[in-house]
Amino acid sequence: MAGALILRRLAQIAVTTAILSLCAFLLIGLMPGDPIDLAIAGDPRLSAEDAARMRALHGLDQPLLARYLAWAQSVLGGNFGHSRLFAQPVSALLGPALLSTLELLGLALLLAVGAGVGLGALAALRPRWSGPVQALALAAQAMPTFWLGLLLIILFAVTLGWLPAGGAEGGWRFLLLPVVTLAFANLAAYTRHSAAALTAALAEPHIRTARAKGASEARVLWRHAWPNAAVPVIAVAALDAGALVSGALVTETVFARPGMGKLIFDAVMGSDFNLALLALLVVAVVTMLATLAADLIQRWLDPRLA
Amino acid sequence: MKRWLIAFLFLVLPAMAQGRDTLTIGITQYPSTFHPNIDSMAAKSYVLGFARRPVTAYDAEWRVTCLLCETLPTLENGLAVRERTPDGKDGIAVTWVLREGLRWGDGTPLTTEDLRFAWEAGRESTTGFGPAEFYRSAYEFTAHDARRFTIRFDKVTFEFASLGDFAPLPAHLERERWRADPRAYRSRTLYDTEPANPGLWNGPYRITAVQPGAGVTLERNEHWSGPPPHFRRIQVRTVENTASLEAQLLAGQVDMVAGELGLPVEQASALMRRTGSRFHVEYKPGLIYEHVDLRLDHPALSDRRVRQALLHALDRPQIVARLFEGRQTVAHSTVNPLDWVHEAATRQYAHDPARAVALLEEAGWRPGPNGIRVNASGERLSFELMTTAGNRSREAVQQVIQAQWRAVGVEARIRNEPPRVLFGESLSRRRFGGAAMYAWISAPEGVPRTSLHSEEIPSAERNWAGQNYTGFRNEEMNALLEALPQELDREKRRDMWRRLQAVYADELPALPLWFRQDAHLWPRWLEGVRPTGHLNSSTLWAEEWRAR
Repeated sequence: MAGALILRRLAQIAVTTAILSLCAFLLIGLMPGDPIDLAIAGDPRLSAEDAARMRALHGLDQPLLARYLAWAQSVLGGNFGHSRLFAQPVSALLGPALLSTLELLGLALLLAVGAGVGLGALAALRPRWSGPVQALALAAQAMPTFWLGLLLIILFAVTLGWLPAGGAEGGWRFLLLPVVTLAFANLAAYTRHSAAALTAALAEPHIRTARAKGASEARVLWRHAWPNAAVPVIAVAALDAGALVSGALVTETVFARPGMGKLIFDAVMGSDFNLALLALLVVAVVTMLATLAADLIQRWLDPRLA
Repeated sequence: MKRWLIAFLFLVLPAMAQGRDTLTIGITQYPSTFHPNIDSMAAKSYVLGFARRPVTAYDAEWRVTCLLCETLPTLENGLAVRERTPDGKDGIAVTWVLREGLRWGDGTPLTTEDLRFAWEAGRESTTGFGPAEFYRSAYEFTAHDARRFTIRFDKVTFEFASLGDFAPLPAHLERERWRADPRAYRSRTLYDTEPANPGLWNGPYRITAVQPGAGVTLERNEHWSGPPPHFRRIQVRTVENTASLEAQLLAGQVDMVAGELGLPVEQASALMRRTGSRFHVEYKPGLIYEHVDLRLDHPALSDRRVRQALLHALDRPQIVARLFEGRQTVAHSTVNPLDWVHEAATRQYAHDPARAVALLEEAGWRPGPNGIRVNASGERLSFELMTTAGNRSREAVQQVIQAQWRAVGVEARIRNEPPRVLFGESLSRRRFGGAAMYAWISAPEGVPRTSLHSEEIPSAERNWAGQNYTGFRNEEMNALLEALPQELDREKRRDMWRRLQAVYADELPALPLWFRQDAHLWPRWLEGVRPTGHLNSSTLWAEEWRAR
């Protein structure tokens, strides 16, 4: 049963990816200005003759659909092409950017989920704490990421000098501030969903039975209430998985940390077709796979969904 | 006591010096390629300034100077000889002699073969080098020996001694790659596939590590034959957000911020006020010319008197004083006051609202409803004013311009677009609705043919090529733009430049605003940095940089 579901969903992912690639190619291609226009704006020495030569060399004088077919053929043959912006093979650029983003956003997601579920549980178990927890969630949601990032930099890097202000040299010290910034920004969703779901789960009759049997509060919470409450939280986490791969443009920019968000933004704005398309497709595929995984986990947690 | 002091100094001073054998520099852009001859961008010029040397360059005084050659060729020293090309045109044969002892970073001697290879690759149109005018004109390359070479050009220009971006390429590493497939060379060159290969570099430093999008590490090139550089290692870190760049400077993660690609002058000034004497800042006027292009086929803006009135209505010194703390050089034409061809007597438009009003009245624009002038047909004196969306300083200037024009009865409707839309569509297709504020970058004594010659007006028939976005047509300007590059006599050229600036100031196809200044920030202990203000960046003389 699950095998058939997986096969069907994988086929859907393949078709969706093909349609997405065409849409993305056409949308980027229809944006005003091509790479040569941008080059001319930055270098007045480029003559009309140079522009025509460069357009022909990059195939930009061909119709958009012909360019898409050539690109698709090349990708199906395993050649993802060359990035015009970074003068590197696209595959060589995506790997490190993806790793850097997964490291940053993965840790941020773990922290956000952990803290969010913890705070949600606190709000659900201790109603007098609900107000402060909700206020904290509201503050996290309302605070712009770039502002929080800059505040943390000013405090911990410039004033106290404890942590680096940015960069990607490696090591936990470079990760701490961006991870905290991102986790704080995502905290609200997990706190609110956990609090709501746990409050509802704790009101279920089987919880009363568990308590009557003498189960500890911790056991009641995590063994009996949490499996039911986890379903909506997992759905939110699955949706966040796409963001996990597409990067965090603002955080990556503020902390001067290369990653998928910055890479995709630069590629789209710089008309770097090969890089933009592959990066967007990676994000789309990972999001779809994560949604599939979430569906499977939810079915496992709650067999009624199957 | 004295002995203890000497011992202390003996121990501590070398340690301090060693602590300063690395220099970390912050810039706001990452190079799109490390190939010297493909594409042109400020970040690449800056980074490669450490690692490679062109044959000639413009120095900090904006004079052409030899970097790899012994003497600049002139007609007088016989290294440049006027002649006829095989097809009967005026041409020139120019000879350069390379300095002795030049080597690539792997120890291979740098010879005329490396220049021949660069010329061959540039002449082949499928190689994909950017501006190719040089290669089209340089029709013959002759290597007399390992150090002496002659290039024959099919036209004579006053810049014949300068080889511009034409840089030697290591034939021993790159020639075969290029020969195998010139069209694919752009993506197969070692400069981008293996940038840490020492044989690619001939400057005082060589690239040893690259982190795409984040930074470049350079270390001393042991085969460099010039004066040894002080710093063992240079790290160039890309931080695109200027607030983050400032934070990294304050946190000590970067030692200096390059003016070529660094903080805006107003941010640098504010930083200096806060930090006192911690950093040294040098403001260098550059060749980035901020201006407002006017569509000359707009019904109102086609009248020269209206354009002159618009400039009289602007208080540019006040804008510079208030928004940029006085750190921009007010422009009166396309020529920077630091350029030797600048003419100080060129007509200047002082802030004079009364004169602006008189000119508008004379042009038939009378006060109308809501304070906006109208003509005899009742049409309002109103047009769009565009600039690059997201550029905070330009957007602030735009607000002031709008208010100052409004004060004389002119309505400027603000409509901003992202740079790629503005440059890729509205300007290049001439679809802007009246005025557009942006900047041109040029070279010392750069002839503005692409932006002022009537043949350079973009049109559908010309496949939108050309950068004369205003649609400026002036026979005298055309003649000057054609004659100027070919005039070798400096005094005659100065007269032509004088005339060019006069025509520009009278006709005002664009409203000059200012030449941008770069704010170079470096630590007090660093000395020897000489900002240039043009695309041959200060790093071309990095061997002169020292830690005090």
